[in-house]
Amino acid sequence: MEAFAALLDALVYTTSRNRKLALIAAYLRQAPDPDRGWALAALTDGLDFPAVKASTIRNLMTERVDPQLWALSRDFVGDTAETASLLWPEPDNPAAQADLSVAEVVERLTALTRTTAPKELPALFDRMDAKGRYALIKLATGGMRVGVSARLAKTAFALAFDVAVEEVEEYWHALTPPYTELFAWGADGGAPPDLAGVPRFRPFMLAHPLEDSEVDLKDYAAEWKWDGIRVQLVRAGGETRVYSRSGDDISASFPELLTVLPMDAVLDGELLVRGSAQGGEAGGAASFNALQQRLGRKTVSAKMLKEAPAFVRLYDVLLLDGQDWREHPWKSRRATLEGLMPRLPASHFDLSQLVEAEDFAALAAIRDTARDEAIEGLMLKHRESPYVAGRKVALWYKWKRDPLLIDCVVMYAQRGSGKRSSFHSDFTFGCWDGDPDAGAELLPVGKAYTGFTDAELKQLDKFVRQNTLNRFGPVREVKRELVFEVAFDSVHTSKRHKSGLAMRFPRIHRIRWDKPAHEADRLESLRGLIKD
Amino acid sequence: MTAPFSWIRPEPWGIHVVPADAWVDPSRPVPRALVTHGHADHARGGHGITIATPATLAIMELRYNTRAGASPVEYGETVAIGGGVSATYLPAGHVLGSAQILLELGGERVIITGDYKRAPDPTCAPFAVTPCDIFITEATFGLPVFTHPPIAEEIAKLLDARTENPDACVLVGAYALGKAQRVIAELRAAGHSDTIWLHGAMEAMCRLYEEHGVMLGDLRLVSDAPSKDAMRGAIILAPPSALNDRWSRRLPDPITAMASGWMRVRARARQRGVELPLVISDHADWNELTRTITEVNPQETWITHGREEALLRWCELSQRRARALALVGYEDEDD
Repeated sequence: MEAFAALLDALVYTTSRNRKLALIAAYLRQAPDPDRGWALAALTDGLDFPAVKASTIRNLMTERVDPQLWALSRDFVGDTAETASLLWPEPDNPAAQADLSVAEVVERLTALTRTTAPKELPALFDRMDAKGRYALIKLATGGMRVGVSARLAKTAFALAFDVAVEEVEEYWHALTPPYTELFAWGADGGAPPDLAGVPRFRPFMLAHPLEDSEVDLKDYAAEWKWDGIRVQLVRAGGETRVYSRSGDDISASFPELLTVLPMDAVLDGELLVRGSAQGGEAGGAASFNALQQRLGRKTVSAKMLKEAPAFVRLYDVLLLDGQDWREHPWKSRRATLEGLMPRLPASHFDLSQLVEAEDFAALAAIRDTARDEAIEGLMLKHRESPYVAGRKVALWYKWKRDPLLIDCVVMYAQRGSGKRSSFHSDFTFGCWDGDPDAGAELLPVGKAYTGFTDAELKQLDKFVRQNTLNRFGPVREVKRELVFEVAFDSVHTSKRHKSGLAMRFPRIHRIRWDKPAHEADRLESLRGLIKD
Repeated sequence: MTAPFSWIRPEPWGIHVVPADAWVDPSRPVPRALVTHGHADHARGGHGITIATPATLAIMELRYNTRAGASPVEYGETVAIGGGVSATYLPAGHVLGSAQILLELGGERVIITGDYKRAPDPTCAPFAVTPCDIFITEATFGLPVFTHPPIAEEIAKLLDARTENPDACVLVGAYALGKAQRVIAELRAAGHSDTIWLHGAMEAMCRLYEEHGVMLGDLRLVSDAPSKDAMRGAIILAPPSALNDRWSRRLPDPITAMASGWMRVRARARQRGVELPLVISDHADWNELTRTITEVNPQETWITHGREEALLRWCELSQRRARALALVGYEDEDD
């Protein structure tokens, strides 16, 4: 654990991407199997130990430390794992104990149950110093938060063993921790993992935002950007899986899609729920809100399958009937996809239609109507583009419609976590439920913690401290004085909030230090923007 | 004298010694000030008379150009400050010249610690445990998560970083008064005899320390370096504010380190962009605070500044009488 704890600590203090890559690569080269595989899984949140939760750690601590001192410490440090690692009573003779391997720790954590965890964990804690305990708790409870995305980890693996990152990515998602076959191939020069017949994930092709430039429609085809979730549907060896953009297997949430693909294929599309909010009856898709209730479920009830049936609107074809189409230009893949449609059941598949326009200006006019149709915007795809992993310049663009804006009043501010633990960085804001001069009240409509610079964050933190009305732990209620211009993608009805509304992707667009709170918007304005 | 200890009155801008009309570490100009040590949040210019140790007065003169009204008191010396009150200055172990002030009137004894630490420091006299009735303590690191490791461990980390990066340099952010000189003295004690490069803001204070008998070895200014390359593989000290400033662009690939008690918490180090956190503080950590209160064993503990809630809670759990004073202006973000 010592080497892993040192790696984790070094990653905490490194902001440079290249330096992070070098640190991880060096660890992967030096650490033994299967430790390095477990470490890789831990860094990318690929491990789950259901018996150990943040509350398990908290309970262990408050049995040993005065609960009030624990709470004050946790509030200051901003991280349960770190607070616990620092407050755990130092064992008398930690050096006398041999270092545990990551594999041994994983094995012990796997064996824990809710009942045994509180008894077994202290023995593990006692074998380590504060740094080791921090690594152990992070490993056990997940959420490393050291700025290592799955993509960065794959790149580090490629760097460590001088292999292609695209290959790493393809194998990665078909394997499970500790990725023994991946290391046998990459590190030890063995054969690539045998994945024939395994419905494995292929890296997605992504788009750059189209900033202020224009494209020629002779070179680019346009499609609607539907507001669902991007998925990859893979069938191999008779088994179908659904992968999300990050490569997570979300098949369990969408059982209706696992039996409908009649041939081996890899298809790229938008997962949507039947409805008419997006693009009207012709659009055929419900709002994202409707899809959201289907996400993240391990089992799905028959009622839900009936009320919110999912389907895939196809964008692209990567593999079909044993042929790999990724090297072929988009126009050939499109033709293949169109030719494939009659072989797919219309109950669960349709084709993402092309948006035809005379020229770019005409397309812009069509895009402007997207707001009414509740569609996210347009996609522009180069007709000659191969299907390549990641974001490559000038091949695909996303051209989102402009966000909606509304003026809200800050009501509550919460201290951030991690890097922002000393700043109030999470804001809850509201709109007036009537005329503020006639005694109307503010009702919360959303929460945001992005959209401001570091300098603005300092100013906001100062505002919060100077205008606090009440304190509820890390949350402060502030005077109703500061107005945010909030940008958001759409707004939907919601039973969870008192205002009856929920915004999608709210972020702080501008801080209106100049605007009096009573001039902020009213709920009725926001309600008028609902497109459910 | 009516009620016990009514002669000593905490106000938001300092502690008022009423019969003497004197103030301890006042944050605004007063006719008569008793100053514990030279840090800017305790020592300010503009007082009529300033009673402090000779080293503290020298530091104040250097920093604020205030010579008028300087009234020196040696460690262990007792002076009458008026109204029947006597003051004795005792070492606090914080920085050069730092003192706890023992005030006595009619058999009642009050100690104001200013800032202090218990860990050994080659640049100043060690904290003297002294019995009293009321112990007025700081609590900058008054949370149980704060335990400062032995300084030798942190110095070893610094020297290792230097050895591992011979083509770069290690830039250490350190408070210009006290921390910088302590880090240099500890580096020397660990056998590091190479040139240590300084930000210009540190030069005068280092010289003052040397005049007071604290030898710091070969020091040179970054601005006098013949080239960037001359500083490769070197240790460089600068005030924390210069770490991510344009000033550091003249250095060869600096690894940013910071010597501060706050470095115990990862988020604090990350906020400041620190790559090599060194947990070195001139303040008492949690264990030192609680040990000191136990050893001094006062009837009552007053807590001036810092994370007073947790220390109050500890006093409550230890069945000790305590109260928090709401003093303004004592900040120690960089220590």
